[in-house]
Amino acid sequence: MNHLLKRLFFYAGAAWTALTLNFFLPRLMPGDPATALFARFAGRLTPEGLQALREAFGLTDAPLWKQYFTYLAHVLRGDLGVSIAYFPAPVTQVIGTGLAWTLFLAGTGVVLSFIIGSLLGVVAAWWRRGWVDQWLPSFFAFLGAFPYFWLAMVALWIFGFTLGWFPLGHAYADDMAPGFTFAFVADVFRHAALPLLTVVLATLGGWLLTMRNAMVAVLGSDFVNLARAKGLPPRTVMLRYAARNALLPSITGFGMALGYVLGGSLLTEVVFSYPGQGYLLVQAVRNQDYPLMQGIFVFITLAVLAANWLVDVLTWWLDARTRESAS
Amino acid sequence: MSTKPQPSPFAPLVRAVRSDPRAAWGAGILAFFLVLAVFGPLFVGDPTALVGVPLQPPSWQHLLGTNGQGQDVLAQLVVGTRVSLALGFTVGVLVVLVGALVGVPAGYFGGRVDGVLSGLFNVFLVLPGLPLAIVIAAYLPSGPFTLGLVLVVTGWAWNARVLRAQTLTLRRRDFVAAARVMGESRWRILAFEIMPNMTSLIVAQVIGSTVYAIGAQVGLEFLGLGDVSAVTWGTNLYWAQNDSALLTGAWWTFAPTGLCIALVGFGLTLLNNGFDEVTNPRLRLERSWREFLDARGHEASRSTPVVRDHD
Repeated sequence: MNHLLKRLFFYAGAAWTALTLNFFLPRLMPGDPATALFARFAGRLTPEGLQALREAFGLTDAPLWKQYFTYLAHVLRGDLGVSIAYFPAPVTQVIGTGLAWTLFLAGTGVVLSFIIGSLLGVVAAWWRRGWVDQWLPSFFAFLGAFPYFWLAMVALWIFGFTLGWFPLGHAYADDMAPGFTFAFVADVFRHAALPLLTVVLATLGGWLLTMRNAMVAVLGSDFVNLARAKGLPPRTVMLRYAARNALLPSITGFGMALGYVLGGSLLTEVVFSYPGQGYLLVQAVRNQDYPLMQGIFVFITLAVLAANWLVDVLTWWLDARTRESAS
Repeated sequence: MSTKPQPSPFAPLVRAVRSDPRAAWGAGILAFFLVLAVFGPLFVGDPTALVGVPLQPPSWQHLLGTNGQGQDVLAQLVVGTRVSLALGFTVGVLVVLVGALVGVPAGYFGGRVDGVLSGLFNVFLVLPGLPLAIVIAAYLPSGPFTLGLVLVVTGWAWNARVLRAQTLTLRRRDFVAAARVMGESRWRILAFEIMPNMTSLIVAQVIGSTVYAIGAQVGLEFLGLGDVSAVTWGTNLYWAQNDSALLTGAWWTFAPTGLCIALVGFGLTLLNNGFDEVTNPRLRLERSWREFLDARGHEASRSTPVVRDHD
């Protein structure tokens, strides 16, 4: 338990670093962020409204340390300020509109690519120098050299524009009423197919290689040789003995990979105008909607940190060695 | 990794290119793009000139067609190569430099220094890179300096971690202990005993980091966080997306740029793998170990070679 608590403290420290960065960045910006913000609103807001806005952003005349603690207190209460582009909607509400879509896209993408990639890694290691082992790692290494979002653009051009198999963007058709009807769910999957394809293709290679290498190491160990010598069916040796024990590095890498996968899926969202966090974030940057932009950054960071801690818990639970060394 | 200081970090690189066909391919691809970056812009016209009707498909007049603003795509690609590669390699070097400045002292001094420095790079490892990069870049004036800064801030931590681990193992070697017993100062040991033994790792990291730097740079520029009036690979893709080239089927506005990025990345990766094969004793032995087993009728497919003399 000690080990998990330590990790929790570490992630708390990381979250604090992110919040501190988030607080000081606008204040390090050349020029006065407040003036820039207010210039955008000139003529659209009353002086009282401007003052309220100013306070909502924490841009008061109070000394810096006071502003800092006010900001931290606000964040802890879940108050990320007010969006400029969607004024007067609070940032948390705007983030909420894109949350489900990002969770769906990135979540499904990560899980699919993890399962497929790891299975292919098992196959590659078991039939070493077979065709899976010979060709797939190079193929995915080649694919991995392309920018993530560029693959999305090509997929969109081939399957969306030229072949017309899939829609060109958005999460569901404009004439669809959201709800748990079969037609709507089918439409959502049709729209998600291409973004998912790019996310899976671009990240699969990493899981394949990690699993393959761990598998190769495990296959050389004594307990696998013993299992083989006992005459157990090859499939049992492959999956229950070797793959099971080789899975650990992949799970540990899961937390690390999450930030990368999320970054990639944010870019993919932009290509497909998919209304998730990435799309919102880029819109916020283009609209100079600083509170929304920073809110999304804080939100994504906290989500990634939480996911990392869950991976730690999972590793601790799966791997007796981490528990041993802690106690 | 030999324990004797190596004469030049580039010696194994040259050896890799000579002995490994993949590394030779990688070096060839890179050489092509470097020549293109240095001399290419002399042979194409002004990339920002409006030369024709927007979104024309490739023709003899414009080999790669025109983009959404009626500029020549080939000229943009060639000029973009120079800018993107220059920034990519600069950031690749800087990222490793910062990583070394943090990681090596962390591994060598240990204790409280290690605690603080490791804490720092571990925090930067878990913070999601792209959102952080976007937020920083959004506040700074757009341009290559901002991009470079952002890429270094979000990219150095991994190198620091690897270099710390390598320093930790080197610190325990006999020749370092010998130097310490001889009364060498700690900084001298770091600079003349430990660093020379990490050169091949550092060369590999620079190559790997350059791949990262080019990819991340293109990604940020694609989002409009670079200087959108400059001509680079990333801004080419930004304009391709913004002018809805994709939705009109103008593949020539984005396909060539992506292929170039991938080729450079692939070339660097090939070079790095070949380099790894030459400097990593385990990989170096794998081939001969396999031949050794095969010659004696053993199944080599499920064994992993260990470093040993079997010749």
